[in-house]
Amino acid sequence: MQVTVKLFGDLREGRFEEKTSELKENSRVIDVIKKHNLPLEEVAICMVNSEQAEFGRILQNQDTVAFSPPVGGM
Amino acid sequence: MKIYRVNMANLSFVAEEVPEEWKQLGGRGLTSVIVAKEVDPTCHPLSRKNKLVFAPGLLAGTMAANSGRLSAGAKSPLTGGIKESNSGGTVAQRFAKLGVKALIIEDIPKGDQWYCLHVHKDGIEIKEETELLGKGNYEVIHTLTSRYGENTGVITIGQAGEYKMSAANISVKDPKGHIRSLGRGGLGAVMSSKKIKYITLDDNDGEGIKINDKEAFKNAAQLFNKGLLSHPVSGDALPKYGTNVLVNILNEAGGLPTKNFRMGQFEGAEKICGETMYETIMSRKGDPTHGCHVGCVIRCSQTYNDKDNKYLTSGFEYETIWGFGAGCTVDDLDLIANIDQLCDDIGIDTIETAGSMMVAMEAGVLPWGDGPEMLRLFKEEIKEGTPIGRILGNGAEFTGKAFGLTRIPTVKHQSMPAYDPRSVKGIGVTYATTPMGADHTAGYSVTSNVLNVGGRIDPLAKEGQVELSRNLQIATAAIDSAGLCIFTAFAILDYEPVSHALIDMINAQYGTNMSVDDWFNMGRYVLKTERAFNQAAGFTNNDDRLPEFFSEPVPPHNATWDFTDQELDQVYNF
Repeated sequence: MQVTVKLFGDLREGRFEEKTSELKENSRVIDVIKKHNLPLEEVAICMVNSEQAEFGRILQNQDTVAFSPPVGGM
Repeated sequence: MKIYRVNMANLSFVAEEVPEEWKQLGGRGLTSVIVAKEVDPTCHPLSRKNKLVFAPGLLAGTMAANSGRLSAGAKSPLTGGIKESNSGGTVAQRFAKLGVKALIIEDIPKGDQWYCLHVHKDGIEIKEETELLGKGNYEVIHTLTSRYGENTGVITIGQAGEYKMSAANISVKDPKGHIRSLGRGGLGAVMSSKKIKYITLDDNDGEGIKINDKEAFKNAAQLFNKGLLSHPVSGDALPKYGTNVLVNILNEAGGLPTKNFRMGQFEGAEKICGETMYETIMSRKGDPTHGCHVGCVIRCSQTYNDKDNKYLTSGFEYETIWGFGAGCTVDDLDLIANIDQLCDDIGIDTIETAGSMMVAMEAGVLPWGDGPEMLRLFKEEIKEGTPIGRILGNGAEFTGKAFGLTRIPTVKHQSMPAYDPRSVKGIGVTYATTPMGADHTAGYSVTSNVLNVGGRIDPLAKEGQVELSRNLQIATAAIDSAGLCIFTAFAILDYEPVSHALIDMINAQYGTNMSVDDWFNMGRYVLKTERAFNQAAGFTNNDDRLPEFFSEPVPPHNATWDFTDQELDQVYNF
């Protein structure tokens, strides 16, 4: 199945902003993190289809997964 | 320390002793308590009965990191309620070093002359001003810096203030001679009503900062500073990308208000986001990282250059970029930077006027997404004080009324900031209930709703939001009273030793024995004082509500504003 992966902030460095990723059925968020070598400790925010998600969440075909390092502002 | 009091009717100045009940207050706590005690809540905000109060925080001028925020308070011409607005810059520490706990400006001059104030170790001179009338803030700051030297603090109003627009802010010179703003609530109009164009501060030979237990202070301050730098948000993310790092996050979460709060996502987000801004700044030899005041270790500000690598603007914040960007469907970062620069120069709040522009687009005054026309409206209408300029300069609600609209995103007459309250519900509770009018900084529930700092609460659900907003509003009132940058809250909320270090610093400086509970009780006291002022001014619980149109669903989540009146009324149940 295919999911869209988006990266924000420093997670983009040396990687990408957005790409389509090919995954096995029943893959989880953590599998995307591993596949793209994202440093686990730097992933502070994870969203699947614009909603906050846990690393164990099972993904569906055409899902959008977004990762961000710790950020703040105002 | 002392209170400086200026009377503009008879152009007099007195230094007063600090009353006992004000000694443990600073910043917002002090401005709000003074306004509540001395200003008639029913007065016209631009009349002689209103007072304009400036106060540095409790820790200003010390080695405590990020303690240089300046508070200004008055009855707001925008909201009709109490207002405190705070800013970085080079003034708070000068007040503290001069031993000035607060400057209270009262009454208005009898004639038409304008004045300036010069604050120094022996008091305040009140002089007539003619040369800089009608000038923008950049020219005022440059002229005064040449006149008095680099080491001079400046507080000034631009043309918007002179016109007494309800969105007019008060500008403060920053360490690079650029501009920071006491942004919200039209305090620039109050300064203008008192006929003061600018205030300069010279802290040479001031009495300095008295610290009761220097060793204990130093130890606590080191722990506090280290805590800020070790937190991933204040230590890494903010210095690099600034506050604008939030565009992509809020857009992804469906909480980036787009086209006057019609959608929660903007297709042009990538063009105006923090990551793009960082690349642009670097490629144009700008500076992605600098502090708005001396002693800031977070340094979330930046210098943004134009295409020719020349200075364009600084303090270019998420709220501004959201408002003129996604809010108005403009995806041109350079154009938004030009507007930011103009707003600084004219002295007008970017959040309020972004609301004006959204509403003006709603009314067909200009097409959606027409950035160049928006820029022209600032340059040729607001700056010049034309009739349409004065409508826009009086804020979103005034603009909406002028054109007979109902889709006006305000609470207590103040325009809403950069988070959709339906898809980030915690911030909606704060917009509805803070005494300040729609204000994100008053209780920044986005932390737990979206950023996963200080806990985690589902932004789309109602559960836990009332408690979250209440607790953050109390904590923020306390932090604002210390004169600390609100971004210290990330570490204070997440790391217990940092919150203890904060209390230890205050106790060491003032020789007090305050506990963390006492500290939060002070926050409660400040909030209740502000709310009581608003009630006496005529506000009721019915003013703690969002506009009707927020019952419409907002994509992508199709979330609606679904809090009952009873639920919202629980926020002040403490």
